[in-house]
Amino acid sequence: MTTACTAEEMMTVAASRMLRNGAVCFVGIGLPSTAANLARLTHAPDAVLVYESGPIGAKPPILPLSIGDGSLAETADTVVSTPEIFRYWLQGGRIDVGFLGAAQLDRFANINTTVIGPYEKPKVRLPGAGGAPEISSSAKEVVIIVKQSKRTFVEKLDFITSVGFLNGGQSRETAGLRGKGPVAVITDLCIMRPDLTTRELKVASIHPGVDREAIAANTAWQIQFAEDASETVLPTAQELTVLRELKARTTKAHGAEGVDT
Amino acid sequence: MAEWTTLAEAVAAHVRDGDILAMEGFTHLIPFAAGHEVIRQRRRNLSLIRMTPDLIYDQLIGAGCASKLTFSWGGNPGVGSLHRFRDAVENGWPCPLEIEERSHSDLANAYVAGAANLPFAVLRGYTASDFPRVNSRVRSIACPFTGEVLAATPSVQPDVTVIHAQKADWKGNVLLWGILGVQKEAVLAAKRAIVTVEERVRSLDAGPNACILPHWVVNAVCEVPHGATPSYAHGYYERDNVFYREWDQISRDRPRFGAWMNENILKTQGFEEYLALQNKAWAQREYR
Repeated sequence: MTTACTAEEMMTVAASRMLRNGAVCFVGIGLPSTAANLARLTHAPDAVLVYESGPIGAKPPILPLSIGDGSLAETADTVVSTPEIFRYWLQGGRIDVGFLGAAQLDRFANINTTVIGPYEKPKVRLPGAGGAPEISSSAKEVVIIVKQSKRTFVEKLDFITSVGFLNGGQSRETAGLRGKGPVAVITDLCIMRPDLTTRELKVASIHPGVDREAIAANTAWQIQFAEDASETVLPTAQELTVLRELKARTTKAHGAEGVDT
Repeated sequence: MAEWTTLAEAVAAHVRDGDILAMEGFTHLIPFAAGHEVIRQRRRNLSLIRMTPDLIYDQLIGAGCASKLTFSWGGNPGVGSLHRFRDAVENGWPCPLEIEERSHSDLANAYVAGAANLPFAVLRGYTASDFPRVNSRVRSIACPFTGEVLAATPSVQPDVTVIHAQKADWKGNVLLWGILGVQKEAVLAAKRAIVTVEERVRSLDAGPNACILPHWVVNAVCEVPHGATPSYAHGYYERDNVFYREWDQISRDRPRFGAWMNENILKTQGFEEYLALQNKAWAQREYR
């Protein structure tokens, strides 16, 4: 059974389905955290959520507002120091999937979270790297979750913070990045996947109610559609119920909305 | 050797103009009381280091205490931008702020290298990114055994590190638990260290693998209950998420920020008075 839902709910559910049961997932805050926790509460109860602040195997009852919330530590299998997270667990090769967000993204799924405009005189100073550069290089694979618009899906990044497929083709491997790189970009309009040869992002699945023109209009480069592009499966009633309950619990606990920033 | 002092005495003795200062705490146990005291004592030209500048450095930067910031993620967690940080970087207000931008993995490694008294950190990082283009201190080194090219970055060795912890005993041995961040490394990497704690206890009663900083690696210990608020102290109080959201408004424009700083930090005698003002604000929130 399927149910009507918002574009953001579609995006979150589509992203959560990328996390297979038992996978070890390095989770960023915001949409990635929502999607990873939804997966844990639905089809992937044995997924291991790792947060860069130190919790391994976190099972937060509500969505954390910050990357180091107490509920992450209280529900984790173990809490290690931040150097240990990055040295032993991420660089050590124990992360299956990195869930990342982006402020800007290009056709090869390279990510900018540093500046808009020139670095020395930025138009907008963004928060910066956080854990993303090393997550994108060391996690076995990466899933990117980001709302789609021309401002975000740009022709050329102002700064490469985290590398996807660099200039396409084999350039990622040649540069020496270890993990496989981005396997999917989930937006509020569609799911994109890299072409096997060129590594350019192609629309693989279109969310119900969205047309190709809308996707093209919200991408600054000429977006391509895979020959076998299909329609994304709508959220099930169970997925939606769990997601809405999770968000309601979170809003109640934090005393306000605005978790997904 | 740790000495129990007031926070004002500790800052006066150990934090000097022009120092490289690290105030660590990864979302948890952020030493806000100490940050306020540095502002109150009007330190200048500080070279600040912190993985996540958070509100504590937004306040120090807006107050004009800093001339340089080394960081790896500069946002208001779960809320958005740090407006004072952005105003300093984008417009040089209230004074120009040099930035040295790193990644979390790099800074965590750099604190470890600093604690180990090594000159640089080695990591598999920054590969093919734009960081080396804007930060000449992000360099590379070839492994002498395999030839693999790895990132090399300077270690972090602050003049003074400040952290907040849950407990210290009468001798000044410090115990912290929960999300530990890089606090232990930051203290061991520094020339001097100040620790504020929730409470002074007779005995730490901790297990053999607990995270304890022995009294002889700390210079000053200060009892400052609620000293990490609006961040949180595991086992003591929760994060004040509402304040983190309110800060977005307070810090957005210069006059409102200035008035808030004046009222809540510069005109107050210490953190107790600040907390009393916050409690009053809390009570008023109910009626909005």
